[in-house]
Amino acid sequence: MRVEQISVFLENKAGRLAEVTRILSEAGVNIRALSLADTSDFGILRLIVNDNEKAKQALKEGGFTVGKTDVVAVEVQDRPGGLHRILDILRKAGINVEYMYAFVQQSGDNAVIIFRFDNLDEAVRVLTENGVTVINGSKVYTM
Amino acid sequence: MIHDIEYETMPREALEAIQLRRLQTTLQRVYATVPFYRKRFDDAGFNPADMKTLDDLRRVPFTTKQDLRDNYPFGLFAVPMDNVVRIHASSGTTGKPTVVGYTARDVTTWSELMARSLSAAGATRGDIIHNAYGYGLFTGGLGVHYGAERLGASVIPISGGNTKRQIMIMKDFGATILTCTPSYALHLAEVAEEVGVDFKDLKFKAGIFGAEPWSEKMRQEIEKKLNLDALDIYGLSEVIGPGVAVECLEAKAGLHIFEDHFIPEIIDPETGEVLPYGETGELVFTSITKEAFPVIRYRTRDITSLNPAPCICGRTHVRMNRVSGRTDDMLIIRGVNVFPSQIESVLMEIEGVEPHYQLVVDREGTLDMLTVMVEVGEKAFTDEIKGLQHLEKLIAKNIKEYLGVSAKVKLVEPKSIARSEGKAVRVIDNRKL
Ligand SMILES: [Zn+2]
Repeated sequence: MRVEQISVFLENKAGRLAEVTRILSEAGVNIRALSLADTSDFGILRLIVNDNEKAKQALKEGGFTVGKTDVVAVEVQDRPGGLHRILDILRKAGINVEYMYAFVQQSGDNAVIIFRFDNLDEAVRVLTENGVTVINGSKVYTM
Repeated sequence: MIHDIEYETMPREALEAIQLRRLQTTLQRVYATVPFYRKRFDDAGFNPADMKTLDDLRRVPFTTKQDLRDNYPFGLFAVPMDNVVRIHASSGTTGKPTVVGYTARDVTTWSELMARSLSAAGATRGDIIHNAYGYGLFTGGLGVHYGAERLGASVIPISGGNTKRQIMIMKDFGATILTCTPSYALHLAEVAEEVGVDFKDLKFKAGIFGAEPWSEKMRQEIEKKLNLDALDIYGLSEVIGPGVAVECLEAKAGLHIFEDHFIPEIIDPETGEVLPYGETGELVFTSITKEAFPVIRYRTRDITSLNPAPCICGRTHVRMNRVSGRTDDMLIIRGVNVFPSQIESVLMEIEGVEPHYQLVVDREGTLDMLTVMVEVGEKAFTDEIKGLQHLEKLIAKNIKEYLGVSAKVKLVEPKSIARSEGKAVRVIDNRKL
């Protein structure tokens, strides 16, 4: 049920994000989803890619600091209130969302949202018990 | 183990009598043979005949690195070149190197002092010494080499570089003593892990690490990763090379200075005033047995203090504490003295943070602003903004707590801190003073 996400430390200066995408494209790595969080000094780029090992290796060789985290990919009904329903389930169960971002591709008719939880196992249990579809990693990487 | 029981454990009174006699001879000799010293002494109104007690040393003018540069290459040699058997030089990061010479007796003295140093780490004739200090103009490699041979140990003159091969050789030859820089020791540990060699399976019992400043925290890390006792050694080519001072295995608390050959003083770097034992200041050395290249009150620019307390090992020679910085690196930020090495210690206390940093000082209006740039390595990195912000705050808080100065901490990407000739540039001072 886990999806592996890689994260990259970026200084807030021109061209760093483009450097990451250049390295990944030269390594033949496909970016499936991406989100950038930043402060005035630095940013953290989070990526779901089709080949984590290759991406990590290429970025490290390019001089970047790279981390790995497990996140959860959740199917969200593509209609009003779809995301709210999921956040409501989590809120009632007292589960904190560290951050989230949208996936580019749809899964059938549904949108896909990436969630980062502190307590991943508990979150997955609560979601599946409430009938929410959690997509497994191997499917996400090739979507 | 004490190599020279007579001299290394000599009662202070007898030691000081020898120091005075040797000092008088040295001063008279440089006055007679080195025009630079004669002029310097004359200008200061000092006559070597006035040297009646060791306290009179404070009347002798200092010698600086600039004086050595001004007399490049052989201007301060006190013997004819016929008597010089060896020349070394220290790499100058700016301009010409500093050149030093040795007579045959100087080489013997130096070998003897290095034999003492190796013994202080527990080395005996039965040991195999893996010497990974660089051989060449730099004094590290040959200094250890001659000392090891004088001790009667077996020395492997491996020098620097080709780390994988070094690991194979230390394993196959069963080396028991390691000599290199502390940063190279850690590099060896990394590479050993990569090639699947565990230091626990090697025969090392002790290592003598020097030629660059390091910390207690690094000692713990080296001892853990290399499974040996890690000892600090101090020396600089201007004074003789490695073997000016060394830690003893018994106490591992400060380096005994071989006072029968060198007289140490601690001075206030601003005023030149001699400071009492225990106070921190600039270390100054006078050599009292060297023939080819004696140095008189040579300002090392290293910051430390002296500890005269008796040592459990039995040596009576005063101990210098770990060098905590350089006078030329010293920054004064809003009236507070800050050494890059202090920032380094703060960083190394924090789990996961590596000592890759740079200090940038700016003046905004009339206020000095210190920014500490810290590279984010894999261990300190997290995918959450708040985690990294917490790290920034923690570093700033610890700097404030330990150094008493406020700093802005800025996290930067690995390898983004400028390096010149492989050495990181630690300080950028943008103040126009
Ligand atoms: Zn001792």
